[in-house]
Amino acid sequence: MNRINNKLREHKKLLSIYFTAGYPNLNDTVSIIQELEHSGIDMIEIGLPFSDPLADGPTIQDSSTRALKNGMTSELLFNQLKDIRETVSIPLIIMGYFNPMLQYGVEAFCKKCQDVGIDGLIIPDLPVDVYHDQYKSTFEKYGLANIFLITPQTSDERIRFIDSVSDGFIYMVSSASTTGAKTGFGNEQTDYFERIANMKLKNPQIVGFGISNNETFKQATQYAKGAIIGSAFIKHLTKNGTENVRAFTELILK
Amino acid sequence: MKTTYNVNEKGYYGEFGGAYIPEMLYPNIEELRQNYLKITAEPSFRQEFHQLLKDYVGRPSPLYFAKRLSEKYNTKIYLKREDLNHTGAHKVNNTIGQILLAQRLGKTRIIAETGAGQHGVATATVCALMGIECVVYMGEVDIARQAPNVARMKMLGAKVVPALSGSRTLKDATNEAMRDWINNPLDTHYIVGSVVGPHPYPDMVARFQSVVSEEIKKQLLEKEGTKNPDYLIACVGGGSNAAGTYYHYLDNTDVNIIAVEAAGKGIDTGESAATSVLGKEGIIHGSKTLLMQTGDGQITEPYSISAGLDYPGVGPMHANLYKTGRAEFISITDDEAMTAGLELSQLEGIIPAIETSHALAVFEHKKFKPEDIIVLNLSGRGDKDLQNYIDYFKL
Ligand SMILES: Cc1ncc(COP(=O)(O)O)c(C=O)c1O
Repeated sequence: MNRINNKLREHKKLLSIYFTAGYPNLNDTVSIIQELEHSGIDMIEIGLPFSDPLADGPTIQDSSTRALKNGMTSELLFNQLKDIRETVSIPLIIMGYFNPMLQYGVEAFCKKCQDVGIDGLIIPDLPVDVYHDQYKSTFEKYGLANIFLITPQTSDERIRFIDSVSDGFIYMVSSASTTGAKTGFGNEQTDYFERIANMKLKNPQIVGFGISNNETFKQATQYAKGAIIGSAFIKHLTKNGTENVRAFTELILK
Repeated sequence: MKTTYNVNEKGYYGEFGGAYIPEMLYPNIEELRQNYLKITAEPSFRQEFHQLLKDYVGRPSPLYFAKRLSEKYNTKIYLKREDLNHTGAHKVNNTIGQILLAQRLGKTRIIAETGAGQHGVATATVCALMGIECVVYMGEVDIARQAPNVARMKMLGAKVVPALSGSRTLKDATNEAMRDWINNPLDTHYIVGSVVGPHPYPDMVARFQSVVSEEIKKQLLEKEGTKNPDYLIACVGGGSNAAGTYYHYLDNTDVNIIAVEAAGKGIDTGESAATSVLGKEGIIHGSKTLLMQTGDGQITEPYSISAGLDYPGVGPMHANLYKTGRAEFISITDDEAMTAGLELSQLEGIIPAIETSHALAVFEHKKFKPEDIIVLNLSGRGDKDLQNYIDYFKL
């Protein structure tokens, strides 16, 4: 059974953290993952950096640029992760854009994911219909959950379709925006969170984009199963380095 | 079934095209996809579009027989004078079409990317014409090398936002425009400036530009007694002036197609934008096409002296024309282009845009027969490039 589904069955609100592989330093990947698990994080999204991250705001763009300058590649990431399952047991998801996976070979990429113990993928620019027609069987063959995004503008009909194709959770983008911490959620967000909660989807939802502190984490998880923090954690790494990951997670979970 | 080089109902040209977009853009792209054919077929749309092309842009643009250029290369060369359009390039054919579409979709804010600034100027122009807010993203490097066009956009009331990421050229300006659209999905329409991006953009832009080949057919019939030239030549950045030139001839294989890319300092120098030679299949700006990238799938930074050709991809129509062999692709270096630009200026009294100069350099590369009829899209005028020409030739 997939680690993601087991985690989703736990009776608690989940905190998932995104970081860009290869940032701040090329070889920080494994220690960041271990630190995050030790500090009580439920799930990790490992960002595979891309030169042209369309859906990302300045913070993740900058970390991606730096990671690529540091020398990060798909192959290197798999090498870094090859023994990760000896020390880490929480779900690990790779989040990245489709072109690097296409160049690696989608099947080869999925196989490598399975080999090192990756549980799922989030690929913002792989549309659900293309996935459904061309890649679903490959992902399933290698035991990978594919996680899809929905936004406040996604129609109910499409949300139902995405729910039917998903196995794991649905990534609920909090507002019409690129990634990057905003200050708080307004009525618009809570209405949207409520609307989705009322749809009683088969897959639980985890909210991402704009979660940066204890307050926004609580607001999001009032309706959803969990929340994902990305840019705010990258900013923490930029400022404090990789030594003090727990200081960040304590502030969120306090 | 007869092969067609045009788009299929799923938005693909052969294996190229599609819409590889983040979910955040899906509602906008879907709205366009469901409406663009319907709206552009409405009589009131067609009427307004053609009226504006005629009275505001100055169409039809002349098909000019370039006598001295033809003598020099001992063949028959016609220039399709898109440089004489209002705003100085072919780009305005598309922006007129898209602004009318945006109005009918109820959009109140326009964004665009620009490289050479021609598309930015053409967008700022139609926004001024219609009284709509306009924001243009432009790479910082391009802002420096296309200063006259930056000034024109400002004069027209547009806000020019520098793209500071990546190579700070056209690719990055396009990223920034897409991010803006993600952040402003409801009131904003993105006027993409070439036949690139997710479906339906490549087809929509090609249709708006297809007026070029529609006119060529009529004009050539008058001048030569045939609708069909032997060769069509156009430069390809994203490929919109080329798509317009080829459009009504795509499936007529009696007409040869030549696409001209920017080789920059040379194909093997690492400073080039010749996508067909250096590119591989992949995804850029929401489209599956040929693009320049590393083995790891990172998009590489192109180089060309011409801001309008300085793009690491080509539109999916052109990727398919290349892959199927329907078009011949030729790459032209900075130096060859500049020389051809000077030559046209002094043989015909026409100063071309540096983008267009790349197409003109084909005559030094390829020998044509004296009886060949060639139509070359003179996609833009060189006013915006004067400083570059002056610096290059130390005039
Ligand atoms: C005069 C001119 N020609 C050609 C181009 C290249 O664009 P496309 O390949 O879409 O025609 C540009 C772009 O800025 C241009 O200004």
